[in-house]
Amino acid sequence: MTVFLNPNAWQPAPPRLIETAPILEVKGIQKRYGDIQAVANVDMSVYPGEIMGIVGESGSGKSTLLRMLHLEEPADAGSYKLNIDGWQDRELLQLDRFEQRKLRVSHIGIVYQHPHLGLRMHNTSSGNVAERLLVAGERTYSTLRQAAVSSLAASEFPLQRMDDLPRHLSGGMQQRVQLAKAIAMEPALLLLDEPTSGLDVSVQARVLDTLKSLQQQQKISTVLVSHDLGVIRTLADRVMVMRGGHVIEAGLTDQILEDPQEAYTQQLVHAKL
Amino acid sequence: MQTLASLKKSSDAYSFGFLDAFAKRELRRKILKAVAIPGYQVPYASREMPIARGWGTGGLQATLALAGPSSKVKVIDQGSDDSVNAANLRRFIARMTGCDATRDTLECTILQSRHRCPEERLKRGQVLVLQVPDPETLRSVEPNMTRARLMHADQDYGLMWLKLYEQLVRFGRFVQGASYPSLVNGRYVMSPSPIPRWDVPTLHQAQHLTILSAGREKRIYAVPPFTRVEPLEFTDEFFQVEEQSDWTCDRTGQRYKFMNEIPETDGTARHEISDTGYADKLIQKKEGEAVTLGETYYDDNGTFYHDGFLKS
Ligand SMILES: Nc1ncnc2c1ncn2[C@@H]1O[C@H](COP(=O)(O)OP(=O)(O)OP(=O)(O)O)[C@@H](O)[C@H]1O
Ligand SMILES: [Mg+2]
Repeated sequence: MTVFLNPNAWQPAPPRLIETAPILEVKGIQKRYGDIQAVANVDMSVYPGEIMGIVGESGSGKSTLLRMLHLEEPADAGSYKLNIDGWQDRELLQLDRFEQRKLRVSHIGIVYQHPHLGLRMHNTSSGNVAERLLVAGERTYSTLRQAAVSSLAASEFPLQRMDDLPRHLSGGMQQRVQLAKAIAMEPALLLLDEPTSGLDVSVQARVLDTLKSLQQQQKISTVLVSHDLGVIRTLADRVMVMRGGHVIEAGLTDQILEDPQEAYTQQLVHAKL
Repeated sequence: MQTLASLKKSSDAYSFGFLDAFAKRELRRKILKAVAIPGYQVPYASREMPIARGWGTGGLQATLALAGPSSKVKVIDQGSDDSVNAANLRRFIARMTGCDATRDTLECTILQSRHRCPEERLKRGQVLVLQVPDPETLRSVEPNMTRARLMHADQDYGLMWLKLYEQLVRFGRFVQGASYPSLVNGRYVMSPSPIPRWDVPTLHQAQHLTILSAGREKRIYAVPPFTRVEPLEFTDEFFQVEEQSDWTCDRTGQRYKFMNEIPETDGTARHEISDTGYADKLIQKKEGEAVTLGETYYDDNGTFYHDGFLKS
């Protein structure tokens, strides 16, 4: 029972068929808030086009890890690299504010659990999507409109409402706007923090469908955080189980969910299914 | 017996230009810094003045720091020399520096203004001092001033264009009337103070120096002569000045100058040239007096005097 607290108990193994280099590589990343070790010495890698799931109970450090991957929260220690043109071999945790923003704007998209964190509620939905391009320097109005339309369409947002304020939209539609915003710059990395948790089951299913088809079409490498094993099972290729800031188990989704090795994961799987 | 006049300190009791030597030195240094970094808001101490903050204390301090015994000062408020605010400031400046006041844009060396630029072109050597209520043009998109300053530092102005995008989506045109955000020398976005859009092009590649000073907010910034000042716009949706082409001035019969709209009791409106100094000269000229009319920024067909950036 002591094994699961040992961060080195497992080594992340790539799916056998993938032979390319990982697009995301994190080693020994850590974050402490006062007495709380939110993320402790986590290693992870994501391969091009795959969806990496992260499950774990509340407070296990999933969102904190994601915020660090989004470079919006500084890490205490560790290394973080993205295999993207122009950024290879750069230690991303050492970038200055300006470079972090540059990288984030053009290569990383994020969807938060709460639309308030990801959307400007007083701007139109299309404006929220256009913002990404504007921040990246696009200054042609017609291009912005087209980009908003195509991103919103890709996230299956009803286009006749593209100029409504997000606060006049349903929760599911708000998540679709967030998704459209996240993919507007065709990012290399998509971070999803519980994208469907606030939604009722049928809406959740439809948003998941969108995510799945989008992912299949565009092959964006994705990190998906969820405490819902159903969501992970539907979408993720591989999964990491987190507890108390540590990764206690990782592997192919089917393997982990069908045959969990750690006692904690067994509990999690049985409680859910 | 004591009277108000006997209680009044003689003007010898004040230093030249009211401000003490340290205040003037600080202001001049900050003005030099502002000129050296066009559009950048330089913090300054902003002394207490004998008028309330919000009534032009920023502009007044800049004027007093710049004025010398041979200066000629013109003060306008919304284009008018006669408003109480302008008259008070003019009298104060004249009394504290002993320099002459004038109403003629061509004659003045310093023109302190609230909300307008003159119709006649300012020339090399003249200084336009604009009173600024709120220097931070990013405030509407980023209420946190610490973050706004980081945005200036990073030249992170995407949100300003987002604001324009939203205006186009909702109203089909740019609805920002005054304080139209403008990019100075390709680097800093500034608020040109609440001048109408009509006046913004006059700052672009101007011959004169413009100093913008906010007394309450303690910020001073500048547009040096011959500096680019480009109002924010899209590559396919352009900045435009106010549409007043079918308005004719009631006093002078002129068109294509910036007009005040004066509502009448019957529901219609009259229009008058807002720059009263210029309108007065037009009338004097018509009555045969010897006055010199300067070249204006917009000619009698409404065409701007240089190619600038105005597109139709
Ligand atoms: N800004 C912060 N300041 C202090 N403590 C924090 C902060 N952010 C997170 N924490 C703490 O770090 C730990 C991990 O939090 P985190 O939000 O990453 O968990 P989570 O796995 O996303 O949980 P949930 O499933 O509830 O979203 C928690 O104990 C939390 O209280
Ligand atoms: Mg969370």
